[in-house]
Amino acid sequence: MTDTVPLYAALGLTTDEYERIEKTLGREPSHTELAMFSVMWSEHCSYKSSRMYFRDLPTHAPWVVLGPGEGAGVVEVAPGVLVAFKMESHNHPSAVEPFQGAATGVGGIVRDILSLGARPIAVLDPLRFGPLTDDRNRYLFDGVVRGIASYGNSLGLPTVGGEAVFDPAYSGNPLVNAMCVGVFEDPEVLKGRPRGPGDLAVLIGSKTGRDGIGGASILASQEFEVGAENKRPSVQVGDPFTEKLLIEACLELKQKGLLAGMQDLGAAGVTCSLSETAASGGVGIDGDLDKVPLREADMGPWEIRMSESQERLLACVAPDRIDEVVRVCTKWGLDASVVARYTEGGRIVLKAHGLDVSDVPAQALADGPLYERPVVPADRSALHALDPLELAWPSAEEILMRLLASPSIASKEWVWRQYDHMVRLNSVVVPGADAAVLRVPESRRGEPGQPGIVLATDGPGRIGSLDPYIGGALAVCESARNVSCLGGRPLAITDCLNFGSPEKPEVMADFAATLRGIRDACVAFGIAVTGGNVSFYNESPTGAVHPTAVVGMLGAIDDVYAHRPVVAREGDVVVLLGETKPELGGSEALAVIHDTVAGRAPSLDLDREVALAQTLQSGVGSYAHDLSDGGLAVALAEMCIASGVGADVTLPAGVDPLWGLFGESTARAIVTCRPDEAPALGGVVLGTVGGSRLCVRDVLDVRVDDIARVYREAIPALMERR
Amino acid sequence: MPKIAVVVFPGSNCEQDVVHALRAEGADADYAWHGDDDLGGADGVVLPGGFAHGDYLRTGAIARFSPVMHAVRSLADEGKPVLGICNGFQILAEAHLVPGALIKNEGLRFLCVWTEVTVEDTGTIATRACEKGQRLRIPINHYEGNYRANVEPRVAFRYVDNPNGAWQNIAGVSNDAGNVVGLMPHPERASHESLGSADGRTVLTSLIESCRLLQRA
Repeated sequence: MTDTVPLYAALGLTTDEYERIEKTLGREPSHTELAMFSVMWSEHCSYKSSRMYFRDLPTHAPWVVLGPGEGAGVVEVAPGVLVAFKMESHNHPSAVEPFQGAATGVGGIVRDILSLGARPIAVLDPLRFGPLTDDRNRYLFDGVVRGIASYGNSLGLPTVGGEAVFDPAYSGNPLVNAMCVGVFEDPEVLKGRPRGPGDLAVLIGSKTGRDGIGGASILASQEFEVGAENKRPSVQVGDPFTEKLLIEACLELKQKGLLAGMQDLGAAGVTCSLSETAASGGVGIDGDLDKVPLREADMGPWEIRMSESQERLLACVAPDRIDEVVRVCTKWGLDASVVARYTEGGRIVLKAHGLDVSDVPAQALADGPLYERPVVPADRSALHALDPLELAWPSAEEILMRLLASPSIASKEWVWRQYDHMVRLNSVVVPGADAAVLRVPESRRGEPGQPGIVLATDGPGRIGSLDPYIGGALAVCESARNVSCLGGRPLAITDCLNFGSPEKPEVMADFAATLRGIRDACVAFGIAVTGGNVSFYNESPTGAVHPTAVVGMLGAIDDVYAHRPVVAREGDVVVLLGETKPELGGSEALAVIHDTVAGRAPSLDLDREVALAQTLQSGVGSYAHDLSDGGLAVALAEMCIASGVGADVTLPAGVDPLWGLFGESTARAIVTCRPDEAPALGGVVLGTVGGSRLCVRDVLDVRVDDIARVYREAIPALMERR
Repeated sequence: MPKIAVVVFPGSNCEQDVVHALRAEGADADYAWHGDDDLGGADGVVLPGGFAHGDYLRTGAIARFSPVMHAVRSLADEGKPVLGICNGFQILAEAHLVPGALIKNEGLRFLCVWTEVTVEDTGTIATRACEKGQRLRIPINHYEGNYRANVEPRVAFRYVDNPNGAWQNIAGVSNDAGNVVGLMPHPERASHESLGSADGRTVLTSLIESCRLLQRA
């Protein structure tokens, strides 16, 4: 910080924003008040550039119990079975310090689920990095995976899904998104607010330290530049052991009926959660920062209220319950300190060392500015001008082998074998399939006909970079296909919207188009958006990331044991559903073979997507696998590898081997079934499952053992070399 | 019905799974608290998997000093069944209730994978219902499961395909008397076909049967 920059600017506030604060207060803000506004009004906390675009999203459906606005969305997946789920980003902390950044990303989203009073039961981690041929990208990937493993495994939470995608657009700015799913052990959903004046605000969990100060305003709300390592003190440090205790303590508090409300302490720490609970409850706060348990005695009021120390929750507690709350927390070895009392009047009054250090209206802090940023669609005509069909392509066999060795396509077992994906005994379908299938609720584990949930994440960033509307819509459609391939019925989504700087009109245009795509697809499927997160400023000196909307979908299945199998049966026929068009734009094949993301995005047909999902859910046939990255060839190869069996198929007449095998036309899947079941599916019979080779007549013929080796060894070969 | 205590240390995370799986086999299983120094008259005890005390300092190094470990030691001394699974095995080793130690996996990575183990000794409380040489498909889930010992232990289970570098492919050992067993694989995770295997049930029923026999004695 230099002498010439005003404090508000150093804290990330604009001159306009500063003037608005002065007007609201009717005086000059104190330094601590200014710091409070800087975090609460940051992009990360206030969604000031993005809020206006959420108005059109469908947030209601008969099964939605709680839509956006609280810690997470809540959906009734089976009669009386409530599930909470949400996804968030932790991109910038992970770029600075991959292990702790990713670990605390898991910790934060788990607390969001916990704050509603649900027991967290699963985590999914969609990840994006630059190519693994680069040392720094390998370091980031390794650190992120270790961080997720360290934190999630310690919590006893299975990591059951996610993605790992590699593309030069994410070099220097990886995307580390984390989704958590929880189930309610009783029907009460807690809100982040007191019942009224008189309730106490109780800080539960870790002591407050100097870590993560300014994380929201500095790390999450600015672009990256060279020397970002200097921001390392802004990254929080995770302690999964304390978080595990926090989970058990909070669930015991809820089960005993001791809580009026609960709120996570995430970005901007005590300030944010006190203000949000007060604003949400229509009350004020009379707080004493001297009551906050500290790791270092000499922390100033400014540091205490801004600290983003992890593993803390704010509980709203009636005064006559406080002794019991403290007793339960003490049993679990946690601090529980009354830091404030909710008051009439709506003002946030905080004291430290006996002096007033801030007195601001709760509503003003919680109601950040709202910006309608300039929107100018990017000119993509040069990108679209490329016709991939005019390029020189190697043989189909070579393309397939190179695709299977591409880390985005190759087996991710190296990743998920480092994650505990089995604990809690709900994981009926584990990572490696199109979607994860879990049995719920835990009280009915093992009962015949137990209900289940089906979870998938998708975010076609390459397609988004060519056509953000289609990218947004396809994120929904692909996750719906994946959920449906296991027999699940899509119910709702959470989304993580990863974009560049909102101050660039082209980025805002992409953002707006992506949201339109998400909206239209959700409307077509009749599903709701119940929450999510926006991450802007994902830029590095080499430019912005692809417009990447990552969707996390929650589906339901009535009988969890009746999910579609994850392997194909020898002797069945292979049926291709959907229409294959001459489309190679934005394909994985184009990226791998020609090192480019260009051409036109594949066409979108939402009616066909919905019809396909319904066919897949109907249960006709056996194994099903959606066609996406790498097209039909990769889908067939993955079927053979997963099943340990070959296939003998012929491309339909009129379908060219190049775009027929590697094009990524949408709304397609392969299903295997008994020959007599094929007519009911309504697709094209390609051939049969059997033998030890994958043979596409007249085009390619490879041994399943050989493609399996390439597929399984690609990532370990890049990551384990010494 | 034998009564089996499943100890909850701060940071344990498989206690609910173990209680569920034992109850599914008909045992009267319930939780015991690390801070209590008795096991409520249980016929046997399980130290479940997880990260007791965060595995800080060293796996099991803090948990071994918990008050409940006095009761576990007494039960072991009485010849009653004591089973440590994963982190529970690490705690038993730290407490010297079974020989050896568990160091970081070869390859220095956490591993959550299916393994096949052979039953080497049917004379322990965890293998009574098994046949010698029987192969069981049970998953492991650990960073520190690489077994080492400077004595020849009584081996209960060996890996068919060594996943972590364990000395002599050892997956589980017992004390000399065979009533205290530690193993790295998680039998409770292989307790239902829908989870990928039900082979772990044999280990759990061995424990229950051992509790029942010693209960009568």
